[in-house]
Amino acid sequence: MALERSDVEKIAHLARLGLNEADLPRTTDALNSILGLVDQMQAVDTDGIEPLAHPLEARQRLRADVVTESNQRDRYQAIAPATDSGLYLVPKVIE
Amino acid sequence: MHQLTLAGIARGLADKSFSSEELTRALLQRIHQLDPQLNSFISITDELAIAQAKAADARRAAGESGALLGAPIAHKDLFCTQGVRTSCGSKMLDSFTSPYDATVVARLAEAGTVTLGKTNMDEFAMGSANESSHYGAVKNPWNLEHVPGGSSGGSAAAVAARLLPAATGTDTGGSIRQPAALTSLTGLKPTYGRVSRWGMIAYASSLDQGGPMARTAEDCALLLQGMAGFDPKDSTSIDEPVPDYSASLNGSLQGLRIGLPKEYFGAGLDPRIADLVQASVKELEKLGAVIKEISLPNMQHAIPAYYVIAPAEASSNLSRFDGVRFGYRCENPRDLTDLYKRSRGEGFGSEVQRRIMVGTYALSAGYYDAYYLKAQKIRRLIKNDFMAAFEGVDVILGPTTPNLAWKIGAKNADPVAEYLEDVYTITANLAGLPGLSMPAGFVDGLPVGVQLLAPYFQEGRLLNVAHQYQQVTDWHTRVPNGF
Repeated sequence: MALERSDVEKIAHLARLGLNEADLPRTTDALNSILGLVDQMQAVDTDGIEPLAHPLEARQRLRADVVTESNQRDRYQAIAPATDSGLYLVPKVIE
Repeated sequence: MHQLTLAGIARGLADKSFSSEELTRALLQRIHQLDPQLNSFISITDELAIAQAKAADARRAAGESGALLGAPIAHKDLFCTQGVRTSCGSKMLDSFTSPYDATVVARLAEAGTVTLGKTNMDEFAMGSANESSHYGAVKNPWNLEHVPGGSSGGSAAAVAARLLPAATGTDTGGSIRQPAALTSLTGLKPTYGRVSRWGMIAYASSLDQGGPMARTAEDCALLLQGMAGFDPKDSTSIDEPVPDYSASLNGSLQGLRIGLPKEYFGAGLDPRIADLVQASVKELEKLGAVIKEISLPNMQHAIPAYYVIAPAEASSNLSRFDGVRFGYRCENPRDLTDLYKRSRGEGFGSEVQRRIMVGTYALSAGYYDAYYLKAQKIRRLIKNDFMAAFEGVDVILGPTTPNLAWKIGAKNADPVAEYLEDVYTITANLAGLPGLSMPAGFVDGLPVGVQLLAPYFQEGRLLNVAHQYQQVTDWHTRVPNGF
């Protein structure tokens, strides 16, 4: 199933990627080429095969529920595009 | 001095032939002089390097020793370095200065390494040619019109050109081994979980692994020793003891069982590369190895499965770049959605955008089973192939790449053409196995690499085979013209 231009616009919206209008045809072609490669998977018989998520099938480690980090807000916010009084600034969300 | 390996530098520093500061100043000068031809560095950290070199000299004067104490290296620019820009080859992080060091960076600094700079790479490690960097393509020192491979192409080009003895790289689908092959280096991708991923900017978390790139297996052993080990900050780090890799180098290869997968020598492989791989097999036979033909029947499915798993994980990992907390932010956003969309649309290059969209599509409602789950099932088939093969052989050997380094721009028309170059390396990432590429000759002046794969945590075995091979061959000592 080939992607149409409208599919690509929908995917770009889901990914919050602002695509350039002029690039849409080229992007659509490239994605269809990649999905053509990916669709070769469908010919593989995987009946009864369990999916593999971690190559060594390691379990997630747990740790004690205690505070291990110190507050480093000022350091981390020093690299933010816009902050004020310890808050990250974004355009107005609620009118 | 620039021809010295890490091992040679360790001897020179130990017997006081030169100081780390003298060596560091000489290499920095060489980088400033020669790197404009290669574009292998994104940042050259002169002040940091001199300070670290002086500190290493002081530690040595105070009686400390250590193979990496005072050794100059560079980090691929996706390892976070406190106080130094970490760009990941992207406009998105052009202004990002990390507030902390990656575990690998911290461990190597503790061992006394000197950081000469941060090396160029494909944007967010997505590429096999080092052409997708925001900072421009890297040139292959063996032929400046050709690519050095990717995504650790800057590390590869810099080490091959003798700008420094070794550098860190990362490998998600071949990004250490393929550029090592295309520039005549030795590069090792460790077992998944062997080297901490903490502070390594994530591309595909279930595949990414950091490792050493150097000119010899002996040097890879030294650098890996400083990188490897359990890290509680990385939830996928494996708590296994780290062996002495240098001690593993000198074992005899008598009776070593080497498997040649027939699928690695089929259609698509440049016959001139096949000949050199067979010549390396003959050398290893002379050293006592026993050769067996084996089969990895699911190898052909690895690339399709990889281009679901890696983009899916990338689409999730790269959602953190939102223009709010760090990194690039667009000018004058109208509203929050516009802020996200334009910051990401303007900050990411086209290959990164493509992979994010492929991953978003594969994970979107109604497609998860057909894509991500299917790919994970194929992943198990690939792992099972290897487990069956390692019942009968100790290591697996084949070409690292199907083709020689191509001309810059030659594969830009269709992204899939470049993807196919990773056909021999991707399986080790899907299975989580360690893999090494070592120099095995030249065709038309361009390097050829041989890949070795071993069972989990047998990095020492890979280094042993490569080191023994390098005792009877001199491909790894060849120097590109002009460097």
